[in-house]
Amino acid sequence: MAWVWRGLREGIVTTRYPRRDDGYGPGYRGSVRVAAGADPSVLPARPVEAAPSEQVSGAEGVMSGPDAGSGGGPGVLGLSDVVDRCPTGAIGIASRIPGSETLQIDRGGCILCGRCVDARPDRFTFDPRVETAALSRATLVVPQLDASIGEAQALEGLRSDLWRRVKALRRSVHIRHVDAGSDGSEEWEVAALTNPVYDVGRLGIFFTASPRHADLLLVTGVGTVGMASALRETFAAMPEPKIVVAAGTDATSGGLLRHDAANCGVGAIVPVDVWVPGSPPSPFSILHGILLGLGVLLKIRSTQ
Amino acid sequence: MSPPSTTPSSTTTVVEASEIAETVARAVREGGRFAGLLGAARPDAPPVLRAILAFPERFEIYESALATTRRLPALTPLVPAAAWYERELHDLLGIVPVGHPHLDPLVIPSDDRSLRRGEEGERGRAGGATARVGGTGVFSIPYGPVRSGVFESVEYRIETTGEEIHQLAPHVFYKHRGLERRFRELPYEDAPLLAERVEGTCSVAHAVAFARALECLGEVEVPRPAELLRVLHAELERIAVHLDSVIRHTEGAGQAEAFARLSLHKERIQRLRAQLCGHRFGRGVVVPGGVSGPPSADGRRVLDEVRRIQAALADDLDALMSTPSFLDRLHGTGVLAPEVVEAHGALGPVARGSGLAEDSRLARPYGAYRDLDLEPAVLTREGDALARQQVRLFEIGQSFHLVRQALDQLVEGAQGPWQIEVPPSRGLALSWVEAPQGELLYLVEAEPGHLVTVKPRTASFHNLALFPQAFGGDIFTDFVFVEASFGLSIAGVSG
Repeated sequence: MAWVWRGLREGIVTTRYPRRDDGYGPGYRGSVRVAAGADPSVLPARPVEAAPSEQVSGAEGVMSGPDAGSGGGPGVLGLSDVVDRCPTGAIGIASRIPGSETLQIDRGGCILCGRCVDARPDRFTFDPRVETAALSRATLVVPQLDASIGEAQALEGLRSDLWRRVKALRRSVHIRHVDAGSDGSEEWEVAALTNPVYDVGRLGIFFTASPRHADLLLVTGVGTVGMASALRETFAAMPEPKIVVAAGTDATSGGLLRHDAANCGVGAIVPVDVWVPGSPPSPFSILHGILLGLGVLLKIRSTQ
Repeated sequence: MSPPSTTPSSTTTVVEASEIAETVARAVREGGRFAGLLGAARPDAPPVLRAILAFPERFEIYESALATTRRLPALTPLVPAAAWYERELHDLLGIVPVGHPHLDPLVIPSDDRSLRRGEEGERGRAGGATARVGGTGVFSIPYGPVRSGVFESVEYRIETTGEEIHQLAPHVFYKHRGLERRFRELPYEDAPLLAERVEGTCSVAHAVAFARALECLGEVEVPRPAELLRVLHAELERIAVHLDSVIRHTEGAGQAEAFARLSLHKERIQRLRAQLCGHRFGRGVVVPGGVSGPPSADGRRVLDEVRRIQAALADDLDALMSTPSFLDRLHGTGVLAPEVVEAHGALGPVARGSGLAEDSRLARPYGAYRDLDLEPAVLTREGDALARQQVRLFEIGQSFHLVRQALDQLVEGAQGPWQIEVPPSRGLALSWVEAPQGELLYLVEAEPGHLVTVKPRTASFHNLALFPQAFGGDIFTDFVFVEASFGLSIAGVSG
């Protein structure tokens, strides 16, 4: 049977994203969020009698400890233990207002191992949504607490500056991908963008071999010492206007590979405009990052 | 030093550092397959060196504590397959193999010492090829590290006269991430997460290999349902990795329709994996002592989906393999002679394409492979890209067969248990699995609650050393097929 009939028999397999929401189903690990509730981020204070030093039992891997939350019972890990057990230190207790404490998770450092979700499902849940990219590193820390009006204006300024700068690229953008020390899975997810399901050609997005033809630098990996100069040169060879997308938790923060001053993510090497967390980020997430950076999402959503 | 413990599958012999090269060479002459030469750093002492030899029924490890000079006779002149291992030891631990023919930097760029541990040894030529080609009109092309397309970063220094590739040297150091050091730094319970990221495209194989090392030390038997789920995930991973290799062939040959069709099938496999565990690469499934929990999708529904994908994929692969314009590109490209493959002790589909049969799942069955039905690959001795592709296609079929067997048994009412406790223990363990690229070894040395050494020996590392030898008269346009037919992950080489 000729190839053409094989494709036709299949019907349409291409996603409608970004015009319609799409994703990988309810059980997918898109990101971790601090569990929803009336006020998700505010937790009751830990018992006064439990000194902080006694609560650090995570180092021994003990699955019990004094519990700070109201939902805890015997054998439930205390919240400060959950903080300690996060392999990348992505969970923080943001403020220690007497009477309440606020949990935050840095999605840019989260490798989605699910340890916090397993230990405290009352506090952490997986969010299956795939739109995880952000235009500022700071907004990957969720939930955003008392973001001041100044910060919101700064983000808005960042967004409008970027979109004004890359306005010319909206209908056709050429991507140069560079691996700066990935584990190899990110390349699969980037390459998947050209398969019939995501088919980014339909959105005017193409991959190019030469940085001279590229508008968008898509970087994966932790930002190794060895790749630093090659990455800088690739960026320098691209004409203006240009935009940089850091794809993955590794590219954002170095993830589990970060040590001392090495492998700190690609932000230390090139100026990043869009951050896409995920270990690895799914093709939808990478596509979200690209479209977010170009300001395409806003255009589509506002016309709907 | 306390005498190392012996795991059931491997025996450890302590030898003098000055004699380890001769001992290993003798074992190779006696029919052992050289499977690696790995170093382990010590906090207050010179590193320990371990050579791994594979025999039909077991592994043998020869272990030497080095003197403070870190110098010892090189193994490479006696066993050429050791060349890359000794270069890596020199880069990472400052070990000096005296008499090594070309001690060029391998995993650490010559001018960067910030990632180096250990003392400074003699440095080889920076960026040199493993063998020099001379003559009129020969010039050198650095192909990489940023290449045309979505690839992992690696530089191939190609010596050419314009069309024909005479010699090439892979430079993998660009993406060296310092994995060995990170394994030493991370707490005990975080190490499995790092193992999943050594070669991100085969996370499951790495997680299983690492878990098996700890299970061997703790002397625990993993529950049957967990073993079945491991097989399910490992074989879906193998299908995806093999399919990726085929897709790269079709891309290189400009077979746009086949590329689209096969990419669609691969995406469906990845989504199926996400349905089973919430992650497209199966991360978080395998934990020491079993698996993290039951599959999150209904077994019967998954089985139906597997059947659908298998049927559609087999149909498209048949069509691809009867497309002459595609086969022409693979036929006679990147030939590896059986003698070359055997002398190197090559692994996985690369070896099987040249007639070397060994498959860990059959030769040294582990987990649920002990009783699941699996046929050995039909061997050819052609050794070209086409032969390697045929091996992969056969293995895809066998993987589907294994997936369905595992699913059938899981559907028949496996309620767990999914995990048992692995007691913290002490000792040295060598574990093996058949990763998609070939035999994957993990050498793990543990104190209770603390990992002294975790050293993966990937098939990618072992096989990439053979890559330059696959170019016998091949030209630039063949390069993509030779590379795709090796199907290796650079992340697993650069460390």
